[in-house]
Amino acid sequence: MLQFKHVSKSYRDGTVAVDDLSLEVERGEIVVLIGPSGCGKTTSLRMINRMVEPSAGAILLDGRDVTSYDPVQLRRGIGYVVQQIGLFPHMTIAENIEVVPRLLGWSPEKRHQRVSELLDLVGMDPAVYRDRFPHELSGGQQQRIGVLRALAADPELILMDEPFGALDPITREQLQDELKRLQEAVHKTIVFVTHDMDEALRLASRIAVLRQGHVVQYATPAEILRSPADEFVAQFVGRHRLAEREAPQTVREIMNTRPVVLGPSASTEEAFALMQSRQVDTLLVVDAQGGLHGYVSALHLAHRRAAGHSLGEICEPDVAVIGPYEDASGAFNRMDQEHLPYLAVVEDGRLKGIVTRRSMVRALAAAVWGEAQ
Amino acid sequence: MTTGIWPDIVAHLPLVWQDLGQHVELVLISVLFGCIVAIPLGIWLTRHTRVAEVVITITGLIQTVPSLALLALALPVLGIGLVPSITALALYALLPILRNTYVGVRGVPPETVDCAKAMGMSSLQALTRVELPMAIPVIIAGVRLSTIYLISWAVLAALIGGGGLGVLILEGLSTYDFGLVLAGAVPAAMLAILAGLALSWLQRLLTPVGMRRMAAGGRGA
Repeated sequence: MLQFKHVSKSYRDGTVAVDDLSLEVERGEIVVLIGPSGCGKTTSLRMINRMVEPSAGAILLDGRDVTSYDPVQLRRGIGYVVQQIGLFPHMTIAENIEVVPRLLGWSPEKRHQRVSELLDLVGMDPAVYRDRFPHELSGGQQQRIGVLRALAADPELILMDEPFGALDPITREQLQDELKRLQEAVHKTIVFVTHDMDEALRLASRIAVLRQGHVVQYATPAEILRSPADEFVAQFVGRHRLAEREAPQTVREIMNTRPVVLGPSASTEEAFALMQSRQVDTLLVVDAQGGLHGYVSALHLAHRRAAGHSLGEICEPDVAVIGPYEDASGAFNRMDQEHLPYLAVVEDGRLKGIVTRRSMVRALAAAVWGEAQ
Repeated sequence: MTTGIWPDIVAHLPLVWQDLGQHVELVLISVLFGCIVAIPLGIWLTRHTRVAEVVITITGLIQTVPSLALLALALPVLGIGLVPSITALALYALLPILRNTYVGVRGVPPETVDCAKAMGMSSLQALTRVELPMAIPVIIAGVRLSTIYLISWAVLAALIGGGGLGVLILEGLSTYDFGLVLAGAVPAAMLAILAGLALSWLQRLLTPVGMRRMAAGGRGA
């Protein structure tokens, strides 16, 4: 739907805002342009509706060069949202929303109906809000109106320049969720500029990371997290977010490979001694081939000690087990829900390791702080 | 002297009415001319900021020339009578209006104007639908200031044959008739107060509703 073809923008004083930028936006996508300040993201956005003219290259909207449109007509067909300063303070909420429909010459009835429709869409009662003024609304409400105003004439494409930048974090997240919901309802193509990576990851179907006027990486949020194109992207995404994705995926990666075990022929005295020296209250009974026979706990050893049996005779056979290639988060959920102190990791009937609460905590710590101890 | 000012004014009432009418006429025409020239010029200046700096500086200088001196300067160029009076007064009226129009329109946040254009308003539409409505309070304040100044300066128009309440005052002064001076000065002062109130009311009326309450909490623009 939208194509940037080798677009550059340089100014007379020699600064280059955008440098050979190529990008394609599919219909129905939310593409987020992100980068540090001065990376050319806002300039790129403003070239789409010709608020800035490119110095070289072309921007195609549905295959047609935007510079071949009359700029005023072009802009009326493209939604535009900026930070809340963009609402007109002297106009009511209804008048603000109606700006573009009015420019397009819609009848008053049609405009009235459209305003009600849009206010309903975000759960703001038209009877209450229609005739209010922007300053009577909270920041979040003002920004909702900003988004509605862009939707008013039902444009295919909407440009958003840090629309939620001035909001507090909670309201910002609310509006991001609402925007996603709205987008699913109205299926618009959205080009969204931000410098907030959380916002980008939350909203984008694709993220274009910009640096010094060109695209460093253009990929889905998952791809960017999984394999950042270079050190710059990795840094921009942030270590803590990458660590989240690099967190152990399978049981095998987080399990303790040296569980406390004894053979089936060992005596209960040996078992007690081992428990004391390793400071555990349970041990697994495993034969020489690695086959799991069961477990013994300190509690039931205390009951059976006098009998002098071997562990193979007295162990409890029903040990909670899990495969080594199962999802680590699945293991976590099972331990949590079934109140298990551990899971034995068994592959082909052989014990491979053990997942305890302690190994879980270690894995989580590694994910949060980025380094295993 | 001890009988107060009202009997003097009442005694000269027919004259006072006539001169008051003339005075109002002088002021109204001059302010109107001032508006017609200054408002469009002020808007034009907001689009040509480099010229604006020069013009605003010059108008500031003209404003410091004493009104009497300006009228005296107008005398050899324009002669005497109503036309030179109005010309000189209109020139004065121009300045606060020009200044306030410029400041008012410039005071609209550039982001707001940018947004209006990005939504598809032409420059003219952005001006008439966004910039002017938002600048109106400041522009009217300029008109109010001009009007109040002019009511007092118009008194001097009598010196060059422009008529108005100044005629009574000058006559009173030259004949040592203090009552006559008051008959001119008191209505002039009252006129200034009334005009000030009327224009404050007009300013409130023309300020967009959405910005009235905003103004109470400090102007955002």
